Amino acid sequence: MAEPEPQQVEEEEEEELPAWSLPADAVGRIAIPVEWPARVDREWAWGGSTGKGVRVCILDSGVEAGHPLVGEVQGPWSVAIGADEEPVVSEDEEGDACGHGTACAGVVRSLAPDVELYSVRVLGAGYTGSGPVLLGGLRWAIEQGFDVINMSLSTTKKQFASVLHELADSAYFRRTVLVASAHNMPVQSYPWRFSSVVSVGSHELEDPFALFSNPEPPVEFFARGVDLDVAWLGGSRIRVTGNSFATPHVSGLCALVMSKHSELTPFQLKNVLYLVSDNVGGRG
Amino acid sequence: MADGDHGDLRAAVAAGVLGAEDLYAELLRSVVEVARAIFGAKASSVFLLDEEADELVFAAVAGDEEQHLVGMRMPSSTGIAGWVLVTRQPLVLDDLENDPRHARDVAESTGYVPKGLMAVPLLHEERVLGVLQVLDRPRRSRFTLQEMELLGLFGNQAAIALDLLQRGRRARAVLQEGEGAAARLAEAVEALPDERREAGLNLLASLADVLRD
Repeated sequence: MAEPEPQQVEEEEEEELPAWSLPADAVGRIAIPVEWPARVDREWAWGGSTGKGVRVCILDSGVEAGHPLVGEVQGPWSVAIGADEEPVVSEDEEGDACGHGTACAGVVRSLAPDVELYSVRVLGAGYTGSGPVLLGGLRWAIEQGFDVINMSLSTTKKQFASVLHELADSAYFRRTVLVASAHNMPVQSYPWRFSSVVSVGSHELEDPFALFSNPEPPVEFFARGVDLDVAWLGGSRIRVTGNSFATPHVSGLCALVMSKHSELTPFQLKNVLYLVSDNVGGRG
Repeated sequence: MADGDHGDLRAAVAAGVLGAEDLYAELLRSVVEVARAIFGAKASSVFLLDEEADELVFAAVAGDEEQHLVGMRMPSSTGIAGWVLVTRQPLVLDDLENDPRHARDVAESTGYVPKGLMAVPLLHEERVLGVLQVLDRPRRSRFTLQEMELLGLFGNQAAIALDLLQRGRRARAVLQEGEGAAARLAEAVEALPDERREAGLNLLASLADVLRD
């Protein structure tokens, strides 16, 4: 990925609308050479994969590069509100404002050791403006074409819901997988409720590869999120609980699958996650 | 309209504004004391968001030793409380003494570094009011999702009560501005004869709708 210059996050330009149809003589040209096995299992999904070649973006509080559990961070970026009240993305020099982004990065690295990690810090610049910063950071991350964006956060503000919805759909069609934390409190929040994202809640098991498909959405998957050992500030490690830590487990699994099967769309990837879930018999 | 209705209006206004300040402090103390009791924790505290200053204000604490902290302010989006406020996601952390930055920051302001911390956003409808923290619950066994749910449910209840009282405080602040337009409007409506009073109330309701749009 070319290193982008600090830039203002532009509103997406209005695209010229094509007419969607498929003439009979074009059928042969859109053959999709994919070979699906008779049974999708974990060996097929990620056997032998280390996540190599997959770019994972942690949209969070920043990431402490060089932490023993995190390693290299290819691109640390941060989002702030510029002079004209618009979100501006620039290279980040502050690292992690909390520890949480570092924890998430470490979880992804533990499952998919060879991924390229990127950090977009959307927290730490104040509560006021945090909504536009989040939207600006997400829009920018989608524009960069990351393969996976880990979003362990949500907003309860309805005014942001429609823009988040558009961004989530835009990511979906660009083959960027948005993995978002479900809320474990009785409130309406976004973007995890949208069907174009992969939403994640916690289970209590200790196995980092234990994955469950929820037969009663909107939460679609459960991953490890209780009492786990994670990276924290200053090279330290602490124990944590929360859906926000289950989410990078699924991001890591997505990276493993995408490294091996780069042709998959987010929809197909979600199906693979379903097929390899423990409660669907996906352990093989 | 009967005379009693004037009394009802006055009573409603009075209920909304009188004693709100005392109740507010009492509720905050109760929230942290109950939170501490539920989890058998060493301490509990509430940070409230001051949107104008864009800061978190240390509003109440259960535990005598730390009472001097009430009123302390910090940036709204840094540290653990800031993360919880902005992301609206609850967090449970243990072995916090391993985190040198957190330990130093906290020790400088409190002289006390918790080993464990549970933090939950105080959310009501779309608004985030602040963050409730429970410090150093006993670690009898692994943390469970049941405890997380309990934390969320209690945080939710506390937020509903806080929101109600915050509305009361704001109403009082408006009404206490003796020359304020709202106070004069309320007085004017109260002074209306019965036959015109309903029309006056309808007018105020319409005005409120227009302002909301």
